[in-house]
Amino acid sequence: MQQANSEQPQRSTTETLVNVSQNERRLSTLGGALLLLASLQNKRKFRFGIATAGATLLYRGLTGISPIYKLMNKNTAIHSREASISVPHQQGVHVSQSITISCTVEEVYTFWRDFNNLPRFIPQLKTVEVQDNTHSHWKLAGLVGMTIEWDAEIINDEPNSVIGWRSLQNPYVDHAGSVRFKTAPGDQGTEVRVEMEYRPIAGVVGTALAWLAGNAPEEQTYEALQHLKQILEVGEVTTIEGQSSGRAEVKA
Amino acid sequence: MRAVCWNGVEDVRVETVPDPKILNAGDLILKITSTAICGSDLHLYDGYIPTMKPGDILGHEFMGEVVEIGSEVKNLSVGDRVVVPFNIACGKCHYCTHDLWSLCDNSNPNAQLAEKMYGYSPAGLFGYSHLLGGYAGGQAEYVRVPYADVGPLKVPSYLEDDQVLFLTDIFPTGYMAAENANIQPGHIVAVWGCGPVGQFAIQSARLLGAERVIAIDRFPERLKLAQMHGAETINYAQINDVVGALKEMTGGRGPDACIDAVGMESHSAGLTGLFDRVKQNLRLETDRPHALREAIQACRKGGTVSIPGVYAWLLDKVPMGTAFAKGLTFRMGQTHVHNYLKPLLQHIENGDIDPTFVISHRLSLNEAPGAYKMFRDKQDDCIKVVLKP
Repeated sequence: MQQANSEQPQRSTTETLVNVSQNERRLSTLGGALLLLASLQNKRKFRFGIATAGATLLYRGLTGISPIYKLMNKNTAIHSREASISVPHQQGVHVSQSITISCTVEEVYTFWRDFNNLPRFIPQLKTVEVQDNTHSHWKLAGLVGMTIEWDAEIINDEPNSVIGWRSLQNPYVDHAGSVRFKTAPGDQGTEVRVEMEYRPIAGVVGTALAWLAGNAPEEQTYEALQHLKQILEVGEVTTIEGQSSGRAEVKA
Repeated sequence: MRAVCWNGVEDVRVETVPDPKILNAGDLILKITSTAICGSDLHLYDGYIPTMKPGDILGHEFMGEVVEIGSEVKNLSVGDRVVVPFNIACGKCHYCTHDLWSLCDNSNPNAQLAEKMYGYSPAGLFGYSHLLGGYAGGQAEYVRVPYADVGPLKVPSYLEDDQVLFLTDIFPTGYMAAENANIQPGHIVAVWGCGPVGQFAIQSARLLGAERVIAIDRFPERLKLAQMHGAETINYAQINDVVGALKEMTGGRGPDACIDAVGMESHSAGLTGLFDRVKQNLRLETDRPHALREAIQACRKGGTVSIPGVYAWLLDKVPMGTAFAKGLTFRMGQTHVHNYLKPLLQHIENGDIDPTFVISHRLSLNEAPGAYKMFRDKQDDCIKVVLKP
C-alpha cells in the first residue's frame, strides 16, 4: 500500500475542537444512549428533559466536543503537558520509554538529530529521507510487506535538550513524538526519554495498518532505544539472528 | 558441524548443525579444542531454567583456536589460542567499565524477556537459555564469540588445555565466591557443595588466607578431594544436624563466612527437601534452596553468605528473619569472569593451583549425552567432564 501525501501542514479544524478525553467520550456515549432509551419509555413530564440530556451526552461522546468545556476553557483531551510536541488528543497509542546511554548529551543529541540515522535503530523504519533542516519523508514497514509513508516536520529543536516532530497531514498516519536528553547523575551518561503518539485517523483499521506488524508499541520503542544504546556505546546492534542451532528452520 | 543440542528435559543429543557465521564485525569464530560440562548445565538438563528451546546448542566452558575474525576485531588474529569467559560483555557500557561484566547492559539481545522476570537484564551467556540471550554454546566443534576484543584471553602455548580451560567459568566462580566471602585472617569458611565450584572455592579461600575451611557434601569422593586440599569435611548424609555440627566445630560461634556452592537444586534428605521437590515440580517455586537455608542458619552473627550457586527465580521458606536478626551480608551473582582471567592465569603459571585436579572424565563430544546423565547422577565418581570435539 502506497499512500500519497498531501502537503497540508494544517490540521483540519474539527480535530482542534475536540476537548473531551477518550474515556469520557465512551462514558458519555453509553450514558447518552441509555438516557435516550429511557426517555422513550418514560411517559411522564421529565421525558423531554431526559431526551435532551441524552442527546447532549451522545453528541459529546460521538464528536468529542463539549460546548460546556469550551465555555469553561477546559480540555480533557489534551493530556500532555508538552502539547506542542505531541498529538493533541488523548487518543490512539501513547508510548513513553527511557534509557540511559554512556555517552555525552551532545553525542546522543547529534546522532538523533540526523534523522537519516533513525532506521539504524528503529527496526520497523525502512528509510527516512531528510529533505531540509526540518522536513523528512518516512517509510515504515507495515503489515504483510506493505509500506506506509508520510512526511514529517521537526516542530521543536533545542540542541542537547529536546527534539519534537510530527507527521504532516496524511489520511492514514497521525504521529508525533519527542525525545529529551538529560545528563544522568554520577557520570552515567545521558538519560534519553522518548514520547510518541499514533492516532488512528482511519479508525481501527488505520491503526492496525499504521501500527507496525502488530507488536506491542511499548516494547518496540524500548527495543529501538536499546539498539540506539548499543550503536552509540558499542558500534553494533547485539544479535543472535542467523546463528547455528539444531532447529530445522535454521538447517534448511 | 557437530554440536550438543538440548531437546527437552534429560534429552541432549549430538546433532549435525550449520557451522556458525560471523554476524557482527566484532565477532570471531573459534574452533573448539576443549569444552566442559558445568554443574549449572545440569539445571538445563533437568529443565529448571526457563526459556530453553529444542535445538539450542549447550555449553559455556570452552576454549580453542581462532579461525575467523570480523572486520572490527583488533586484538586477536587467526591462529590465536584463547579461553573465553562464559558471560558475554560489550566492554563499553557503564557496568563493563566498572568491572561488573556479568551485568553488561548490551550483550543480551533478549533483554526485554529478562526484564520481565528480573526487572533488569544481566549479561548474555553462552548456551544458557533465551532469557539470557539465546546464544549458541560451545559444546560443539565451532562457536561464534561476539565482542571478540573484550572477552577472549590468549593463553601461553606451554600450558595444556586442561590447565587453562576452567578459567572460562568454574575457577573464577570459585575464586569470586571466596572473594565475596570477605575472608579475614583467622576466619573459618564453610562451603556447601564439593562439586567443581566448591572445590575451587575451597582452594581460593585458602589462597585468600582462611584459617580453616569446612566442606559439606554427601559424596565420599568429593569430600576426599576437599580433604586433600586442606578442608575439614562434614558428610551430611551421616549426621542429622549440619548447623549443629558447624557450631560445634567453631567453638559455638558459627563460620565467619558461608559459601553456597550448590544453588537451586539442593538435595536434602529431610522433610524440607521433600517439601521443596513437591513445590518445584508443581512449579510453585522454581528453586530448592536447602543449602542456602542452612548457610543462613549456620553463619555467625555479622558474617557473610556468599552465593556462587545458581538461583533462577523464586525461593520459598528462606529464613530472612534469621539473616536480619544476625545482620548478615549477602554477596552473589554471576561471576565477573573478565576480572579474573589474568590474575588467575598468573596463579596457574606460578603453580599456586593446578585446576586439572577436578577432572574425573575426559571424553569425546559424541559421548556428551551419557556424560550429562553420569554427571547428574554422580555415577562413576564423576566430578568434572572435559569433552574433546
